[in-house]
Amino acid sequence: MTLSPVFINFTYIISAILFIYGLKMLGHPDTARRGNLLSAIGMFIAIVFTLFAQEIVRFEYIIGAMLAGAIIGALAARLVAMTSMPEMVALFNGSGGAASLLVGWAVLYDELLPSAGAVADGVLGTAGVAAGVSTFTLITVILSILIGGVTASGSVIAYAKLAEKMTSAAIVFSGQRIVNSLILLGIVVSAVMFTMDPAIGSTWFWVLLGLSLLLGVMAVIPIGGADMPVVISLLNSYSGLAACAAGFAIENNLLIVAGSTVGAAGIILTNIMCKAMNRSLANVLFSGFGAVKQASKVEGEVKPINVDDAYLILESASSVVFVPGYGMAVAQAQHVVRELGELLEKNGCEVNFAIHPVAGRMPGHMNVLLAEANVPYEQLVEMDDINPRLPNTDVAIVIGANDVVNPAAREDENSPIYGMPIINVDHARTVFVLKRSMGSGFSGVDNPLFFGENTRMLFGDAKQSIAGLVAAFKS
Amino acid sequence: MEAVFLSFILMLSIFLGFELISKVPATLHTPLMSGANAISGITVLGALIAAGQEHAAAATWLGAVAVMFATINVVGGYMVTDRMLGMFKKKDKGGAA
Repeated sequence: MTLSPVFINFTYIISAILFIYGLKMLGHPDTARRGNLLSAIGMFIAIVFTLFAQEIVRFEYIIGAMLAGAIIGALAARLVAMTSMPEMVALFNGSGGAASLLVGWAVLYDELLPSAGAVADGVLGTAGVAAGVSTFTLITVILSILIGGVTASGSVIAYAKLAEKMTSAAIVFSGQRIVNSLILLGIVVSAVMFTMDPAIGSTWFWVLLGLSLLLGVMAVIPIGGADMPVVISLLNSYSGLAACAAGFAIENNLLIVAGSTVGAAGIILTNIMCKAMNRSLANVLFSGFGAVKQASKVEGEVKPINVDDAYLILESASSVVFVPGYGMAVAQAQHVVRELGELLEKNGCEVNFAIHPVAGRMPGHMNVLLAEANVPYEQLVEMDDINPRLPNTDVAIVIGANDVVNPAAREDENSPIYGMPIINVDHARTVFVLKRSMGSGFSGVDNPLFFGENTRMLFGDAKQSIAGLVAAFKS
Repeated sequence: MEAVFLSFILMLSIFLGFELISKVPATLHTPLMSGANAISGITVLGALIAAGQEHAAAATWLGAVAVMFATINVVGGYMVTDRMLGMFKKKDKGGAA
């Protein structure tokens, strides 16, 4: 059974409404889960009705591929640890990008091979175009291969960096910009050549495909781990744009609507992340971090503290703010942190968690981890709301965060992170910094906080230190 | 004319996207991102058509692989978002000790 293209396109309108409504509901904690469900229903409707399209005449490949994809996707979503969420999101982004690339590629065969009688029914949405392919279609195909390719290979690199399969530091070499410019130039040239003489198996096509994938790799390797939130949201945006380009190639409205909406949403998130680091997108993308300027040397005496003394201070505190960072994720300390928070509350203490927008490796990373550990989201306070309250806070506990609490961002004009908004933990009456050992944080920036008058360093594994405090409270 | 029509849709959707997402609390950034990511798996529609046509064997294969990737994106994206959102809880009165 097949349905008319017009009817199918009407069902796409319903899907689009569900996507838009779903995204809107994702913006509020109370409705987010239902919003996600609505958007999933929209997707389901779109897929089911597309299966009735006239050009789909055989199902054996479809069934096999969908089953494989669904099983892989479901297993990945079920089994992934919450701490590995950034990697997972990167991979999902990448598979979306790869799919768009392949769709663009497949369209080429459809357009360039002489039409067989079997497909005389026509392509969805097109009104019987004569043989030959329009430049417009070619450009959109090239765009979906380019954006899809960059998304796919860039995401794989982002995944490798996040999962520590390769160094998460920025990889910079001299002449990098020249190499990148040459790649871009090569892409433009091969795109033009291919458009002028499109043919299946054209060398220019392979050059274009290869360079697109290479561009994704080159775009992500110079970005350091601390800048990952920007990259992840940017790749997210690209995966939407790739779908949008594929939508142009197959002239499908729903792909354009959904793809560009996601693209725009990703850009906004990227922008929020950049603002939170007081850097421009260009600065994040093109300059390896930390290599720029030499910060003023900070020197001073570090005042260590042990768990017992820390317990005594916490025991008499009436307000405590936890400031988690990527180190909390690495140490898997979120559950003991929640336990300590509850014990403090029982002790009559006000407990909050201060979340910097770029803490962790993706937007909202800390929120997800703490939510997994059952911290109610009302206790998670954003940077701008917590800073005025810090001077009246007894103890600020920094767990595996560094740059986002570094006062040099406020005071030292030579610091590479100067101007970045930070959580002003140094304004609290006492600061505990949980740290494995002395040494600078990810970006290699010295942190004067560690030498502060009111700072006490609690050295050791964050999880063990917190567990020690929990034990002290219980005994 | 088709190009103009599609470009209009593109332009409107981009504005829509900006409007929809502009005020989302930081707590929801990750779920929002992975939820939006699942939507970008919409490219599965194009993949289905490529994999189901009977025109060129190569296109069918490309389409089939694309269907697989896009389905990973869709199924994985929605499920992981739901899993995350399921963890976001309000403080229950009475409080867990």
